[in-house]
Parts: sequence; structure tokens; C-alpha cells
Amino acid sequence: MSLVHLAQARSPWVLHYDASSCNGCDIETVACLTPLYDIERFGAVQIGNPKHADILLVTGNVNHKSKRVLRNIYEQMTEPKVVVAIGICATSSGVFHQSYNVLGGADQAVPVDVYISGCPPRPEAIIDAIIMGVEKLKKKWKEEEEPVERSNQGSTPERSTANVG
Amino acid sequence: MNWVLVGIGVLGAPFLGGLLFGIDRKVTARLQGRKGPPIVQPFYDVIKLLAKDTTYTNRRQVFYLYSYLLWMLVALILLLTLQDFLVFVFALTFSEVSLVLAGFATKSPYSHVGSNREMLQILASEPVLVFMAFALYLATGSFLTGGVFLIDEPLLFSYPLLFLAVLLILTILMRKSPFDISSSSHAHQEVVRGVSTEFSGKYLALFEITHWVELIIVLTIVFLFWANPWWAGVLLALGAYFVELLIDNTYARLKLSSMVRTTWAWGFGLSLVNILYFVL
Repeated sequence: MSLVHLAQARSPWVLHYDASSCNGCDIETVACLTPLYDIERFGAVQIGNPKHADILLVTGNVNHKSKRVLRNIYEQMTEPKVVVAIGICATSSGVFHQSYNVLGGADQAVPVDVYISGCPPRPEAIIDAIIMGVEKLKKKWKEEEEPVERSNQGSTPERSTANVG
Repeated sequence: MNWVLVGIGVLGAPFLGGLLFGIDRKVTARLQGRKGPPIVQPFYDVIKLLAKDTTYTNRRQVFYLYSYLLWMLVALILLLTLQDFLVFVFALTFSEVSLVLAGFATKSPYSHVGSNREMLQILASEPVLVFMAFALYLATGSFLTGGVFLIDEPLLFSYPLLFLAVLLILTILMRKSPFDISSSSHAHQEVVRGVSTEFSGKYLALFEITHWVELIIVLTIVFLFWANPWWAGVLLALGAYFVELLIDNTYARLKLSSMVRTTWAWGFGLSLVNILYFVL
């Protein structure tokens, strides 16, 4: 494995998005950053900006409003990227699947790579999911040809204004 | 002037800066009771960023980012070749203003907030650097940085209050709590990401590398306070660095107004008293 691939595997930057979760999974996800579980030893830091992040952690169900937001955030992330659906609600809408406003899990809005079920999943399981995400990321790094440079000047209005109701 | 040494200094500064950042994260982690990333983590981050896709909003932003790096390197070369300290301060200021302009070059309001905060940080930290230039002139008779190697007693002994003021603004220049208002050295979340909101990929890598060079420049400023046995200066710089780490882990981020008030009251005040003691 070349130095570049080694570096890519050891620096997964994580972005956490809550798409209408009850916050149980969010609390467990943020707990991964605390000294007891410490995801930073794998090089992961929680970055608040999709343009800087590699791994998108989605918690909670997707409804019509959060679908637009989730899609917007996903499109702003630069390649290669991986989506991890945390909790049974993000996987397949859990106990809320018959609710009138729930569209389903995170895969209704974005392509998901890793699913982890649980209500909420333990932080150890979440760390496991992030590591699985890193493994998928490694495969995507190997497949990618050359880094692409793109300007946002030609973007459609739908994308550039994050107009979320 | 040994150009080979200067060349080694310029090429080695990013590596040394990156290593110091890595040690910073490791020590911070250990102080917080966790394992922390490996010491070479910043290099992994930058290599990954260089390989990632890049998006940018316009070419002005890219230009200002290159300007940020370029002027930072100019400031480093001026310092390493022991040139005029005031010109070095101006080069450093040009560099920081380039960063502010890079933040303003996009339409993102988060970026503008970060740039506004960065401007106030510059406003808070520059006066003490200018006072240090005055102290240099009073101690050595000229503004040339090389003068510190020729004087008998180190600058620290005659200007202890100024040294305290420099330690105060070191927190701002190193982007550590309580004064890490604009963009923190750690991955503290900003308003989205402050100045670097619209940077990604290789331009973010450039931003990181310039931070590393900035760290070396800032530690060299501390080194100048005891330059005569050079190892004493290096120990002083590393000591200040570790003190900053401790302060970072002890304090939370303060408000912008508190930062400006504290640095202008204490920084200005202490430096002024020290300088006036020698002038009067």
C-alpha cells in the first residue's frame, strides 16, 4: 500500500447529520468522541463542514424536509465519500415506519454504504461502523483515478441555496 | 549568510511545524485521559486532502490562498536571514490579511464571520509585535533581527513584561483557547468552519501547511527573546509551546470582545510600561 493510500486510510473525517432523530443515536455518536471511546485515535475528527468530510453519519428517519437537506449535504461532500446509517431509524425507519411523514431510512435520500442497527447502537458498535466505512473508503480511494477540481460557479439554484423549510 | 542553512530552514519548517501539531494533539489527548492520534497524524491529513477532490467558488479565493502561503514563506525567510524585524511583521500581516480576503472572496456568510473574527484577531495581536520591534531597537540599536545574537544579556532579562505580553498574544497567533476565535488549531467546530468553510481538497491542504509554517514563525519570535546560547532560545520556545498547550486545555474559548479587551489592556499595558522604563 503506497504512502498516499496509508494516509487516506488513517484520516477519515466525520460529519454527523441528524435527520429527525430522537437524539438517542446522536448522543451515542457524539459519545464516540469522548475520552472513554475516543475515535480520534483512528484519526477521525468531527468536522462541521461537508466540504471537508469523508464520512457522513446519518441518524434518524428521513422525512420530506430532511431529505432535501440530506441530499444537499451529500452533494456538497467531495469524492470519495461514504455514508453510514446509524441506528434502526436511519437503516429502515425502525418503529416509525408507518408514520405519515416518514419516508424511510437514509437510503431514501442518499446511497448508504454501511448500516448499523440498534436503538441506539452502542458507541463500540458505532466505532465499528466507522471503521467499516473506512474500509469501504479505502476501496473507493483505490478506484479513483485523479483528484478532480471543480468550480461551483455553474451550480444550479437548487443546490447553491440551502433553502430548507 | 549561509543560504544552505536558510534553504534547509525553509524546507524543514513545514515538517517541523506539522510534527509539533501532531505532538500537540497527542499531548492534548493524554491530558484528557485518552489515547489520541499518532504524532504524524497531521501529515496523514494533508496527504489525504491533497488526494481528495477539490471544489472552489471562484479563482480569487485560490489566489488569496496562494498569497497567504507565499507571504508566510517570505516572512519565514526574512526571519531566518535575520533581516529587519519591522519588515518581517509587515510580511506576516500581509499573509494574515490574505487569509481574511480569501474568506471574504466567497459568498458564504459563515466564511465572512470567520474573516471578521480573523481581522479582529490581527487587530488584537499586531500591536505587541510592533512593541517588540521597538524593544529590539532599544536593546540593539537597529531593527535588524540579527542584533539579538550580538547583545550581552538576552532580551528576556531586560524586557520580561514584554515577554509576558508576547506570551499573551502567542495564544492568539497559535490559535489556542481562550483566544481561538477565528479558526482553532484543533477541530473545534466554528460557525460551520469559519474562514476555511469554502476551502476543500488541495486548497485546504495548503491552508494547513501554512498553519504549520506560521507555528514555526511564532515560536521563532519567542526564540528571539534568548537567542545567545541558541539552545536556550529553543528551550524557551518549546517551553512556551507546552505552556500554551496547558492553557489551551484549561480554558474554554472566550468572547471576541474579551480577547480584544484583554490583549489591548494587558498586552499594550505591559509592553508600554516595559518600553517606557527604558525610554525615560
